[in-house]
Amino acid sequence: MIPGIFEYHRPRSVGEAVELLAALGDESRVMAGGHSLLPMMKLRLAAPEHVIDLRNVEELKGISIEGGAVTIGAMVTQHEIIGSGALAAACPLLRETALQIADPQVRYCGTVGGNLANGDAGNDLPAAMQALDADYVLVGPNGLRRVGSRGFYHGPYATARADDEILSAVEFAVPPRRHGAAYLKQKRKIGDYATAAAAVVLGLSGETCASAAVSLTNVGDTTLFAEEAGTILTGSRLDADTIARASEAAKAIARPAEDPRGPPDYRRHIAGVMVRRAVEAARDRALEVTDA
Amino acid sequence: MAKSRVSLTVNGRAVEALVEPRTLLIHFLREDLNLTGPHIGCDTSQCGACTVDLDGKSVKSCTVLALQADGADLLTIEGMAGADGTAHVIQEAFREHHGLQCGYCTPGMIMRVHRLLQENPDPTEEEIRFGISGNLCRCTGYQNIVKAVRAAADEIDSAKEAA
Amino acid sequence: MSDQVESVEARAEKLQGLGCARKRVEDARFTRGKGNYVDDVKLSGMLFGDFVRSPYGHARITSIDAEPAKALPGVVAVLTAEDLKPLDLHYMPTLAGDVQAVLADGKVLFQGQEVAFVVAEDRYAAADAVELVEVGYEPLPALVDPLAALADDAPVLREDIADKTEGAHGARRHPNHIFTWEAGDAETAARAFDQAEVVAREMISYQRVHPCPLETCGCVASMDKVNGKLTVWGTFQAPHAVRTVASLISGIPEHNIRIVSPDIGGGFGNKVGVYPGYVCAIVASIVTGVPIKWIEDRIENLTATAFARDYHMAGEIAATRDGRITGLKCHVTADHGAFDACADPTKFPAGFFNICTGSYDIAAAHVAVDGVYTNKAPGGVAYRCSFRVTEASYFIERMIDVLARRLDMDPADLRMKNLIRKEQFPYTSALGWEYDSGDYHAAMEKALEAVDYGALRAEQRAGREAFARGETRTLMGVGVSFFTEIVGAGPVKNCDILGLGMFDSCEIRIHPTGSAIARLGTISQGQGHATTFAQILASEIGIPADRITVEEGDTDTAPYGLGTYGSRSTPVAGAATAMAGRKIRAKAQMIAAYLLEVHEGDLEWEVDRFQVKGNPERFKTMTELAFAAYNQAVPGIEPGLEAVSYYDPPNMTYPFGAYVCVVDVDVDTGVTGVRRFYALDDCGTRINPMIIEGQVHGGLTEALAIAMGQEIAYDEVGNVSGGNLVDYFLPTAVETPAWETDFTVTPSPHHPIGAKGVGESPNVGGVSAFSNAVNDAFAHLGLTHTQMPHDHWRVWKTAERLGLTG
Repeated sequence: MIPGIFEYHRPRSVGEAVELLAALGDESRVMAGGHSLLPMMKLRLAAPEHVIDLRNVEELKGISIEGGAVTIGAMVTQHEIIGSGALAAACPLLRETALQIADPQVRYCGTVGGNLANGDAGNDLPAAMQALDADYVLVGPNGLRRVGSRGFYHGPYATARADDEILSAVEFAVPPRRHGAAYLKQKRKIGDYATAAAAVVLGLSGETCASAAVSLTNVGDTTLFAEEAGTILTGSRLDADTIARASEAAKAIARPAEDPRGPPDYRRHIAGVMVRRAVEAARDRALEVTDA
Repeated sequence: MAKSRVSLTVNGRAVEALVEPRTLLIHFLREDLNLTGPHIGCDTSQCGACTVDLDGKSVKSCTVLALQADGADLLTIEGMAGADGTAHVIQEAFREHHGLQCGYCTPGMIMRVHRLLQENPDPTEEEIRFGISGNLCRCTGYQNIVKAVRAAADEIDSAKEAA
Repeated sequence: MSDQVESVEARAEKLQGLGCARKRVEDARFTRGKGNYVDDVKLSGMLFGDFVRSPYGHARITSIDAEPAKALPGVVAVLTAEDLKPLDLHYMPTLAGDVQAVLADGKVLFQGQEVAFVVAEDRYAAADAVELVEVGYEPLPALVDPLAALADDAPVLREDIADKTEGAHGARRHPNHIFTWEAGDAETAARAFDQAEVVAREMISYQRVHPCPLETCGCVASMDKVNGKLTVWGTFQAPHAVRTVASLISGIPEHNIRIVSPDIGGGFGNKVGVYPGYVCAIVASIVTGVPIKWIEDRIENLTATAFARDYHMAGEIAATRDGRITGLKCHVTADHGAFDACADPTKFPAGFFNICTGSYDIAAAHVAVDGVYTNKAPGGVAYRCSFRVTEASYFIERMIDVLARRLDMDPADLRMKNLIRKEQFPYTSALGWEYDSGDYHAAMEKALEAVDYGALRAEQRAGREAFARGETRTLMGVGVSFFTEIVGAGPVKNCDILGLGMFDSCEIRIHPTGSAIARLGTISQGQGHATTFAQILASEIGIPADRITVEEGDTDTAPYGLGTYGSRSTPVAGAATAMAGRKIRAKAQMIAAYLLEVHEGDLEWEVDRFQVKGNPERFKTMTELAFAAYNQAVPGIEPGLEAVSYYDPPNMTYPFGAYVCVVDVDVDTGVTGVRRFYALDDCGTRINPMIIEGQVHGGLTEALAIAMGQEIAYDEVGNVSGGNLVDYFLPTAVETPAWETDFTVTPSPHHPIGAKGVGESPNVGGVSAFSNAVNDAFAHLGLTHTQMPHDHWRVWKTAERLGLTG
């Protein structure tokens, strides 16, 4: 399996990258870690004429946690997410999610930006970002804009990012201390995409759920933000019956395709189970924080 | 077709070459540098037989362009043994504990274990299994590989203490 | 001098012979990346071949335009069936007596079928050219259900043989019918069923899987036009057979063909067959006069070369009410894909499927197998098992459990009641095999005791009660299997492939200073032959294993043999090695008698020497005798010390074992965790316990993969899924449990050293242990059988069907 012919570009700044993207037009593709794009090119499902490699763009690297806000550069790798103690302390959800992506080698190369931007419903980080209500920073010829993660995904590989834009970073508020989060993913084996997965972030006030966000991986054309599930949980005491209703609400928006992971009814069911278990885990974690 | 220059260090030796941009790192190593230790097993970044150590990261060289290794410090299985030809502790542990059969996954597996032990010198069995989960082996059922990794960790540790 | 004071034990230990956990000699190169696999072979001027493949499962080819591809810089040639026809090479014979299209002739019969072969200066240009060959297709209705293959209105697949009413294995009754093969006595079996107190029936399907070694198939063909010699390096599990077949097909005299199997990155049956890639590479090398390399990628490997299983077995088992089995019947529909490319001995088109009475004393049995064509890839190889033995073992081990449910008996008790008794060996089965040896009850008792079977069942009962009370959503399953393998094909009187008798061989040369080289007709693919065959020899001739080189795989140097598959290396070539060693020893004894001035009969062999009976201080070591053999004139004995043995085994060997598997099934997700797996193997004499244990670990892991997830599936139009390593289940270290191994030793009475072979046993016994465990988890709810693979969604569907998911 060998990719088709292309020209290779390695800009040193975001500005230069955006200029290249504009100049080279439709047949150019931005490459971060390359672990989504290169396999597609090897299978000849993608055949860009130009590849713009972002590896030397220093301004896209680094994690900052300041003033209650987290900013993660697009070229931060999944391995770096796992290894960042500061990030794990501020937001353990991302470490938990990243550990469930692919395998160790892939995570050394795979980036946050690549995982968020390419619009594959099987990618894991988007659900976590939606649960955290993160914003994506997009840079294009007309400058910089922010798009909410919950409105970013439009269809298979179709997102709010324009062809001439680059996703440069993701930003979100550090969740309050009394929060709990979880990413539950069922897969056939290490390296697989999810049969179904759910990201949940809960905020507690006493024993009442003050805020809740639920998002689903790989059970539709895009990552699915399960708004109603969050609404059902909010204000409740996270009892079994409420969790079951939230899980049903999340299942209701799941539209998984039939694939070797199972038929649609099964994968929808698993989405519900993942939501239930993720809410329970997030609740228990939040309660632990409260008690501590 | 236009070629691009790539320069890097491979097993401690400076290498410079002209490559087609689409040249995959695995082909660059195997065809251009005659380093046939890394193997191709799946082509789709599942099996890890092509694993090499690139700037301190284990990467699957079938899914990396040679140009992405420009400026890098790269280590392959051929660079693991000592200058005098002595087997590396991990290589010896794989032999001692029967951590290989057909040998096809072995170079990638050893390179991955090398990085794993750099990052976690005292891994539990569970951590070893998770740490090598990007490398498929069809022969051993992993049990003796796990044993070999643990033994290598102990060996490296006792060598450190002795030093 | 030190020889004189060293104890017998110390000298024996030095040899590193039989029973020694000798470290592998292969590992020095493999751990350093110095293996030499076929893709490492690089020859000057070498070109690369790549295939244009069919996107359709069944379609007529309306046109092929290779011109755009040929116009691409670096492209040397594009071959199609039309180019091969003048050479009569557009079809090739298969190992099963059928023919297979090398390049599609007018129509394609499976997705991924070879349509054109592109030859270019490098693999990048070849890949580009493949994209540019324009092929026109007219899709035809696809046939993917083997059970519908013989319907009157089924589409006719093989137009090339549609009118042939006689196949390689007898009459064909339908254009999609390949053969019907029977064993046992139908009337006796029918009578047993008429008189039966209890009859259980089940349809047992064994899904299509693929051996998927980590290295794919490939070759480098090099035609030296000056010397007229063709050399082919390739992933061949049977290099000599390839040479003979290549000679028969090409007309090149056999002495002008050299086949080399370099290091092989796993085979598991995938590398037994002859593939279009080999033929095209050879033809292209003959045409161009330069070497041609062809290496398939993983998707090509999984979708076009040699699948395994795809057996659909309708079973009936008869018994008395108290659990004595009285009869067994089985009708198999065998899906062979588009061409019959099985690799079975000629007289056994369904392999040794008639071992399906298993380890049990069943007086009456009958099996019939119908082979059919479908729009799927050809193959039907023995994936880490002897020919169709895994299918047979899976069938009987599931049927025993099905019967146990029916009788409301514990499956282990039912097995104990029906296992062949020790005093019955040699035992002739109702389906015609003579089991050489066994002590089944001892093995089963040891296994049940090791896992504390009674306690497991008690825990399961308690768990089921807790489940009923709503305290847990996990069900525990215990799977027991007892298997008998039949390996070591085989006696030439009934085993041949394409007329080539299935003996094997060993040739030994002792060097004057007391070291040796042994060459064999087999080829290791990870089994460690260079290590273990030296051990056999060390024990036979008293030269340390470290001083014996073992070579295989080069037909110019190795003696003729039928290769490595079906666990035949140890039973057949291992026997040849021992026998050749004994010839060496016999000659050495004559030399020793001369040197010690005694009669041969006055000498006895001890570890590494001949000594005078009753006077052990007078001796000659093998090292001394080797030197004398070359350098001292011994009257009546010609110089040198060499031997060759071609071993035709008198019988197969019958390794057996008892396995117990414990699983925990999460009924909410269908996720099944293997909590414990205990494997007791009896492979007769144990040559190298370390290697045996490694083989068992690997085989169990493959069994796990098959039982829990592997499947090459086709949709209704013939699109294949499972054809890449995202979807085809190869477990990682995380999904693989820790294995517990154990053994008993019942030597084979007819094998020179009593060894039986082990590499495939864990796959044969393992698959049914896993499957029985998953089925057992639901047994109290009335479940008798669910189809493999037991992947998450299928297990959940079972739970749903049983009303557990509400």
